[in-house]
Amino acid sequence: MSIATPTQNPQSYLAAQERWRPVEIVFWLAALLPFVLFPDYLTLASQIAITGLFALSLDLILGYAGIVSLGHAAFFGIGAYTAGVLTKYGWGEPITGLLISAAVAALAGYLSSLVIARFRHLALIMITLGLGLLLHEIANSAHWLTGGSDGLQGMQVWPLLGMFKFDLYGYTAYTYSLIVLLIVFVMARRLIHSPFGLALRGIRENWTRMPAIGANRQAHIRKIYTIAAAMAGVAGALLAQTVGTVSLEAISFGRSADVLVMLVLGGAGRLYGGIVGAMIFMIARDQFSGIAPQYWYFWIGLLLIAVVMLLPNGVLGGLSALINRWRSRS
Amino acid sequence: MTLLRIAAAGLLASTVGISAAQAQGTVKVGLIMTYSGQFADAARQMDGGIKLYMKQHGDKVAGKTIEIIRKDTGGPAPDVAKRLAQELVVRDKVDIIAGFVLTPNAMAASDVSQEAKKFLVIMNAATSVIMTKSQYSARVSLTQSQVTETLGKWAATKDGAKKAYTMVSDYGPGLDAEAGFQKSFKAAGGEIVGSVRMPVANPDFSAFVQRAKDLNPQSVFTFIPGGAQPAAIAKAFAERGMDPKKTKIYGTGELTGDDALKNMGDSALGIITAWHYDHNHDSKLNKEFVAGFRKDNNNINPNFFAVGGYDGMHLIYEALKKTSGKTDGDALIAAAKGMSWESPRGKITIDPEIRDIVQTIYIRRVEKVGGELKNVEFDKVENVKDPILAAMKK
Repeated sequence: MSIATPTQNPQSYLAAQERWRPVEIVFWLAALLPFVLFPDYLTLASQIAITGLFALSLDLILGYAGIVSLGHAAFFGIGAYTAGVLTKYGWGEPITGLLISAAVAALAGYLSSLVIARFRHLALIMITLGLGLLLHEIANSAHWLTGGSDGLQGMQVWPLLGMFKFDLYGYTAYTYSLIVLLIVFVMARRLIHSPFGLALRGIRENWTRMPAIGANRQAHIRKIYTIAAAMAGVAGALLAQTVGTVSLEAISFGRSADVLVMLVLGGAGRLYGGIVGAMIFMIARDQFSGIAPQYWYFWIGLLLIAVVMLLPNGVLGGLSALINRWRSRS
Repeated sequence: MTLLRIAAAGLLASTVGISAAQAQGTVKVGLIMTYSGQFADAARQMDGGIKLYMKQHGDKVAGKTIEIIRKDTGGPAPDVAKRLAQELVVRDKVDIIAGFVLTPNAMAASDVSQEAKKFLVIMNAATSVIMTKSQYSARVSLTQSQVTETLGKWAATKDGAKKAYTMVSDYGPGLDAEAGFQKSFKAAGGEIVGSVRMPVANPDFSAFVQRAKDLNPQSVFTFIPGGAQPAAIAKAFAERGMDPKKTKIYGTGELTGDDALKNMGDSALGIITAWHYDHNHDSKLNKEFVAGFRKDNNNINPNFFAVGGYDGMHLIYEALKKTSGKTDGDALIAAAKGMSWESPRGKITIDPEIRDIVQTIYIRRVEKVGGELKNVEFDKVENVKDPILAAMKK
């Protein structure tokens, strides 16, 4: 985390932060590589992009505003079920489906933010966990709507833009997920480098001081929580549309926990932390479970322990510490 | 539009790849199962059945070598299952997809089977409608309604039950079981005096059992997931004084599985279940199957998951023999339709129309044989088709 030097005024600090760095451009260009280098892995790549988007949404509230959540999959699931139910009952157009899902998830996010904004730390963990479990149970008992534990069946997703069918190889799925990820990422990036984003970091760093300097803490938290919920909803809708079904797993505690693990792996409070974490987690899972389908969780656990012990700020935190040390030496 | 051009080039390249793989002498079978997580036990049983079949019959069929590729979904995860199925087809170039402990995973992979025209063998997942998702799928395990509707009819007609109370777990399979039992019980002249749906992960059943007891029904039908719950509900029945000798207790085979019986103890005595397989089934083939399985699996008895894996491999082997090693979906499913063979559970057939299993449902009672609790078969209903799919066809 770079801190503004006294000589910089806030405007020029934010402007400097917002400039696109070459490494970022390289990163996004590299996201096109799977099309050429690994055309057999495009479905995995699309699910990494979707999970990365989900982790990014958690990063906004956890990494930037300091809201710990163990129930973020609730919004992912709401988005997924909204998109799924829409296509099931005759509206299979993907892009409008995505927007409607985002709106529904945002509404749910706003309603729960009224409670969330009043609490911190352990209480927050309990509340988000409770909300997540509650929604999971609702989805289970609303069997007529969600299909319950059998999963939502009968989704008919129309071709993207009326031209590109979701194919077996995942070309459409990855192109679609990647473009949506990029658009949402640019928006999140803009948000984080705005005065509002700075205020969020202020709330994270000093909860009591922000109201003292005139920031409306609860309004800020409500806002970012709603935005993060909408983003999670988009990720859920993307998964539903590219896979063609939704199960209770989309809204489960396991998904909330996994995304937290990914964020910690990649590095919370860094824009790319969630995406990098999702990449590491899902590629590791794919490779380890290919070697030994029974024991892959063991290796993920080992990886997590190693990262937390050796790189407390995640992989990206470790990398930037390394670069800083190298720079100061030369 | 360069992206699209690259996409097209990739497609072309992989099509070439597929034909190259087929020219060689292997048949690749991709297994999608729950090797990790809470359903790992089921996958272990199924894998044991698959391995035993390959050990007994070798890995060569119709001049080709069978190669198995194992993939883990880690629980009910259709998004993972669908991705794995796509990857198996696109990357590993498998000819056949098989496995599936859980319904959502089988449903998701069925889409891929349909699109890629790949033969798909369902070795457990038991919801009826899966079969409608792909015309290249066949099921060798069981269907829920096959068991519950048979039991409901049997109870009302053969066992003299006139009134029944149903208690099921409140989730998909539980609701299907409730509907199946009630429908056939009523159709056969019985009366449902009440019903209750219980939370899925329920540790204590005494309140529910008490409610049932207050109505003093002549019989109770219950469906709950395996694991720790069967012992808990049997204990609750015993504690509340619901004696299977006075009130008939009906269930499906999951209720009195091997592990469940060990935990239930004598409170299980007299419970009547309908099921398609038990390791005590008396036949020569089953004795060999059980002995072979126990030898390779630390003396654990095979259950219905294991027999599903075993019969699934049999179907794959025999279908390949019939097509002389041809692996396209149309040829394989045509070969599988109507196939009939002797399984460790008895004679089974793949229905030529609905591609689903037709088999004998055994009615068993828990009894003490030689100091051990066993499911003793005392009646059976032969040639049971899945009633839901059969009705759809009409």
